[in-house]
Amino acid sequence: MSKERIQISEDLYDIMPSDYQDLVKSATYGKEDRGWKDIGSSKELIEQHSLCAGCPESMAFRYILASLPNPEDTVMVGSTGCTSLVFPMVAVHNIHSLFGNQNAIASGLKRALSVRFPGRVKDVVVLAGDGATVDIGLDMTLQAWFRQEKFTTICFDNELYANTGGQESGLMQKGFVAKMAPVGKLFDKVRLPEIARESGCHYVVNCTVSKPSLVEKVIRNAVHVAREIGPTYLQLYTPCILEIGKNSMEGLQEMRDSEKPTERFAYKEYVSEPAKQLLAELAAKDKERKAAAKQLASQASA
Amino acid sequence: MATHPSVIGTQNKKGQTYTDPWKLMYEAQRTPSFFTGSEVIKEAVRRASCDVMIAYPITPQSEAAALIGELFAEGYIGDYFRGESEFAVMSQCAGAAFGGARVFTTTAGPGTMRAMENFPMWAGSRLPIQMIVTCRGINSPLSIQPDTLEIAYLLNTGMLVWHAETAQDFFDWILKGYMVSEEPDVHLPLALCCDGFFVTHTKDVVNLTPADMCLPPYDPYRSPVPCMDMECPPVRMMRDPFVMKSNYISYATHASWQQEIWAAIERSRKHSIHWLNGLIDTENVDAEVLIVASGTAVSQGREAIRLLEEEGVRCGLVKVKTLRPWPEDEIREATKNAKHIFVPEFNVTGWLAKEIRATVPNPHRVHAGPHVCGGMTMPPEIIVSEIKTTLGMKSFSLAGRGS
Repeated sequence: MSKERIQISEDLYDIMPSDYQDLVKSATYGKEDRGWKDIGSSKELIEQHSLCAGCPESMAFRYILASLPNPEDTVMVGSTGCTSLVFPMVAVHNIHSLFGNQNAIASGLKRALSVRFPGRVKDVVVLAGDGATVDIGLDMTLQAWFRQEKFTTICFDNELYANTGGQESGLMQKGFVAKMAPVGKLFDKVRLPEIARESGCHYVVNCTVSKPSLVEKVIRNAVHVAREIGPTYLQLYTPCILEIGKNSMEGLQEMRDSEKPTERFAYKEYVSEPAKQLLAELAAKDKERKAAAKQLASQASA
Repeated sequence: MATHPSVIGTQNKKGQTYTDPWKLMYEAQRTPSFFTGSEVIKEAVRRASCDVMIAYPITPQSEAAALIGELFAEGYIGDYFRGESEFAVMSQCAGAAFGGARVFTTTAGPGTMRAMENFPMWAGSRLPIQMIVTCRGINSPLSIQPDTLEIAYLLNTGMLVWHAETAQDFFDWILKGYMVSEEPDVHLPLALCCDGFFVTHTKDVVNLTPADMCLPPYDPYRSPVPCMDMECPPVRMMRDPFVMKSNYISYATHASWQQEIWAAIERSRKHSIHWLNGLIDTENVDAEVLIVASGTAVSQGREAIRLLEEEGVRCGLVKVKTLRPWPEDEIREATKNAKHIFVPEFNVTGWLAKEIRATVPNPHRVHAGPHVCGGMTMPPEIIVSEIKTTLGMKSFSLAGRGS
């Protein structure tokens, strides 16, 4: 989609919703250097949402949508859960169909877009919770990776079923007492990042969303690697403050506490050899582009 | 009816000419060919300009699904792969259809049941996917034999459901099916059912359209809902997601959406009548005794009618082609003279008889049977026997009854 596609007929401009007018005026579709720093100075691709006050998932959504390298040609796939409350307010095409089938939907979608738009970039990004990714949808999560489907899978790991009221999930920590784990969860947190690596993902990161610059970096990397090489996986800690007994303002600290070197969300990354090569090439190009821009700027001011 | 008219007459990369669908189906020269039902499915798909086909092995559709893979290898289909289960496959089909592709898949029996959660989602998302259902048993103990019980589960999914009698039906209806289900005022998935083995694994003479002519491609921008390809403006779809809201507006939204799906099935009626030459076929419906059937039970009924004629019993026939849309008026009209309506079926519950009982006045006229199930065949003699017994005529002894 080019930005021209979202223009409004002059005659109809005043009756369009103000958030759509804002999208036309100041969204960052097509901006080469888009990132989390655009937040505040441009129209975000996410409108008001109905998540709980202070929910880290809402931060994650904003950073991710600000960081997608190519939102004008990105289709997102969600699943049932808290994320499905947000997607209706997201200004990129997105699909919700069933609970847990997100990687199957994305497989069909990516292939259809490849058939219909040969030679054009159409990124597909899955964003689902840990119940959808690891429990009910694990089969389809893994099989998409085995098949080397070229899209990014993002798991919002809040370590439980938040939307249904805090039940045990596979990514919950061992021993945590929750609904459906009345004596504490009896088995370890499923090690999906390691499984992702073994299943053929080319770029895997396990981290929190406490730092927007880090989220921006891993999103860009994951989307570029998926576009050119093969499946990528991001597991992002977005704690459910409600269900772990925290207050609205404590989400950020919870993430900071959980990303300490000995904790379960200490930054972990796996990059395959072809992905390393690609990311190095992209970094070199980026550097070149920035140097050229700088030179142009200094010439202009001289 | 077709997509953008400028496509007609041009060629695809395989050298097939995009042909006006009506001309393709009704005017192009037909060549008689002796094929299995599975091979016929392949030949129809060859002419269907499919973008994506997703396969999974389950008897008795595995051969057809694999043959379509050969079409992909030859370049007739945009993409093709084997999914990991029917649930996943039907979701993959949905993803491809959301992305604007013409999608084809096949399944059977337990596969249909495993995938079931997808079907109301397909309909609700207005995805005109075509799914061949080669019916087989879904009971336990494990059975792979012919049995049409799974169709009963499809009837309330919001899909179009058609029931083919022969391989010729199959060939024509695969192509016509896309024309109906892709209409903007329909835009619903189609479950095109047949009786497994009887149709898939037997050879029959089928009149094929020319292999160098094909349907025009699917145009996803004629869809009543946006295609998810970021080629049209993304806007937030709603201020609040309706899933969590317990209020009247939320209920009304869901209710009206469901009503719209069923209204779309109703709107498919006119297109189905146009393409299938009516939702039912009839023979001698002025007779007092009628057989009303769908699928291969129609063929067996036709043979039973021949046997009855030899004994001086005049019996008419109603072939039900579409189950959704349900030919309510047509069946009422066709059965208005009948004193006895027999509904032979290849399943234990008699779902077709129940539908007909709910449709016709004086439903005591409807005799739900004979039924066979679990893979049993339905010799015309047992239909004859059922009819004669009901009419108070002396009937021959059926094997195994010990009389």
